[in-house]
Amino acid sequence: MLKRNIRYQLGNHAIAQALYNSGVDLVSGYPGTPSSEIIEALARLKPDCHVEWSVNEKVALEVAIGASWSGGRSAATMKHVGLNVASDPFMTLAYAGVMSGLVIISADDPGCHSSQNEQDNRRYAQFARIPCLDPATPQEACDMVSYAFNFSEKFEMPVILRPTTRVCHGKSDITMPGTENPGKKIGFEKRPQQWVMLPPHARVRHNVLMEKQSIMAEALGSSKWNQLDIVKSAKLGIIASGVASVYAREAMDRLGIKASFLKISTYPVPLNLIEQLLDSVEQLPDPVGQVLVIEELEPVVEEAVRSISGTRNLDVHGKDMVPISGELNVSIVEAAISKVAGLDNTPRVPEELSVELPNRPPVMCPGCPHRATYYAMKKAFGKSAIFPGDIGCYTLGVQMGTMDTCLCMGASITTASGIYHAGETEPICCSIGDSTFLHTGIPGLLNAVYNGADITVTILDNRTTAMTGHQPHAGTGLNVLGDATFMASLEDISKSCGVEFVGATDPFDVKETFDVFKQAREHKGTAVVISRQECIITARRRGIRLTPFTVDPDECQGCKACIRFGCPASSFIESTEEGEKGKARISELCVGCGVCAQVCPFDAIKEVSK
Amino acid sequence: MTEFDLVMVGVGGQGAILASDIVGMAAVNEGLPVQASETHGMAQRGGSVINHVRLDCKYGSLIPAGRADAILGLEPAEGLRAIDFLSPDGVVVVNTNPILPITVLSGASVYPEVDAVLDELKGRCKHLVPLDADRIAIEAGHPLTANVVLIGALSNFLPLDVGSLEESISNLVPPKTVEVNLKAFRMGREAAGVD
Repeated sequence: MLKRNIRYQLGNHAIAQALYNSGVDLVSGYPGTPSSEIIEALARLKPDCHVEWSVNEKVALEVAIGASWSGGRSAATMKHVGLNVASDPFMTLAYAGVMSGLVIISADDPGCHSSQNEQDNRRYAQFARIPCLDPATPQEACDMVSYAFNFSEKFEMPVILRPTTRVCHGKSDITMPGTENPGKKIGFEKRPQQWVMLPPHARVRHNVLMEKQSIMAEALGSSKWNQLDIVKSAKLGIIASGVASVYAREAMDRLGIKASFLKISTYPVPLNLIEQLLDSVEQLPDPVGQVLVIEELEPVVEEAVRSISGTRNLDVHGKDMVPISGELNVSIVEAAISKVAGLDNTPRVPEELSVELPNRPPVMCPGCPHRATYYAMKKAFGKSAIFPGDIGCYTLGVQMGTMDTCLCMGASITTASGIYHAGETEPICCSIGDSTFLHTGIPGLLNAVYNGADITVTILDNRTTAMTGHQPHAGTGLNVLGDATFMASLEDISKSCGVEFVGATDPFDVKETFDVFKQAREHKGTAVVISRQECIITARRRGIRLTPFTVDPDECQGCKACIRFGCPASSFIESTEEGEKGKARISELCVGCGVCAQVCPFDAIKEVSK
Repeated sequence: MTEFDLVMVGVGGQGAILASDIVGMAAVNEGLPVQASETHGMAQRGGSVINHVRLDCKYGSLIPAGRADAILGLEPAEGLRAIDFLSPDGVVVVNTNPILPITVLSGASVYPEVDAVLDELKGRCKHLVPLDADRIAIEAGHPLTANVVLIGALSNFLPLDVGSLEESISNLVPPKTVEVNLKAFRMGREAAGVD
């Protein structure tokens, strides 16, 4: 039966446990799918180290750097686009280097499952010349953590661990590595030539970074994360990276194909292993040897292969056969291998369905305060107003027509300012969540006031970082461990940015919220509306139960005002009688926010009598 | 044969992750390697969710199209949406209770007749087990056990011991609800009508 120390675990939970077992001293991060569960799981382990939700990824990385420079093992976690925010310290950290091990966990999201783009952060590793580990499975991600710390310490370099969605949110039987005690002495060591990046120091450190490249590549190349299986007399060589390598292995087995195979999971790309693979394939004089590179997203490995294959008698394939966008799977990889190997496989086409299935997009929950805020916002500003937006559950406001832009964290206030300064004459009302406002919204608000943007900034304060799974933030008064701490006031921050109109409202009060928006709209200059109501999910988890509502069929006129409000608890039953109007209905999904009762012009929606 | 590829689909909030955990954990406890993949994040807010669970698997977690041994549909339309994953010899266990998406509630689209969905499923699999899992769950003692009812029905086809499935249910559900969940599991197992 059960073998000891094997557990069925989520990839991110395994990474958290591995951080703990590696004797880490500090872990910081900002929530972002698919990375969020790492810090959550670590906090649940009640570790003997410092864990924090930082206000953004740049802050998180810098906190981790401070710990490393003081002799502590540290890690910073973020989603792939979080590294954009942290890219400023990241690029120069490559020059400065580290003292104790520092691992940057960048969780990439090929396929944009829950992201605004699918950038490939192996490119960041290349750009900064920082080594990167690209795990193929949850087990490998878990095993790489300890290796990454030791590698980081040996070469005094930060290391990127880059699990993708399938690794982070994959589950498997995980064998947890044992604990280690790095025995580091904590104490900041003054090394100005290394930690103070003045130009003369930076020039020297740039050369140090370049000198490390080949020895790091050599050490990584010979690590167990890369695997080369040469098949003598094979006409085809397949090179696959990270998670694509497991798809490639399955596709090769299913096709029964004979090929030399190289799995790559370390960067800089291990050129010596590629050379060996190319040698083995090229030995065949006729026909020309074939090489296929299979990797998700960017052609990082393919470019490396091409850089050394030029004079060889080889046909190199990569992005001409494997898509550059989207997530890969076995079927896509199988098709690419078949094509290169000249197998006569007709690609599988899904059979058409005889019934049409309705789309099921994600929606704001029944009782979501954002829906209520947007309802009042749209009424006060009108349909032709411009509604720049931001990143969170409330991006789903696109379904309500109150989300005209969404670019990156914090971009709502700034793009709204630009739209105003360009000369747009329609009213402009942007929205940003509480956590996002604290993340990167504050500089945008200060900038708006400073430069005189006549816009309304709505802070959707649902007292949590909801979309990523309800993490606390600096405005909630709780830290990652759930302990009480300082609670930042959104009102005070707005006022200190120079905002003269700061209105707060409860979005479940439709009239009050409408009035506050109206005043904000009339205010000349930057106005802030804080729409404050706890996320309905966290409220219900805390045991809050409101009386649900119901439609009085005698009063309902079938006007569909409540249906247009868009709550999933409301539906419309058409009448079976000719010429008679249908009636609205409220299902058991109702949580009792009561907003639809205020929306109804006929007073037909009432609390369920107890 | 202990290799088994299972696709579990439903609507965010229906307990699809618990359902796949029950199977995955039972398999690991029986010593099988498992690779699974879950939907987290954006799609969870009432959207379609899909989990892959591969028992005795040495590859990655994504099941290739046309290869799944079974589909477990917590919701009928979602069961059909995933049908391309199923092998022609595969089994479909599906809840017959629809959850209307916002596109239907708002009148923008139409939800097909459940019988039409079941007919289409029937034509695309070797064995179809349609169950009114919501009713059975209420009979078992709690409406939230519908996912466990369906796991019970599916258990007839899994290469796993009933005992290890029951053990993982006991380990995964809140302690106070173990009995009602085990009852739901057993009722689902019987309701499938498989000898």
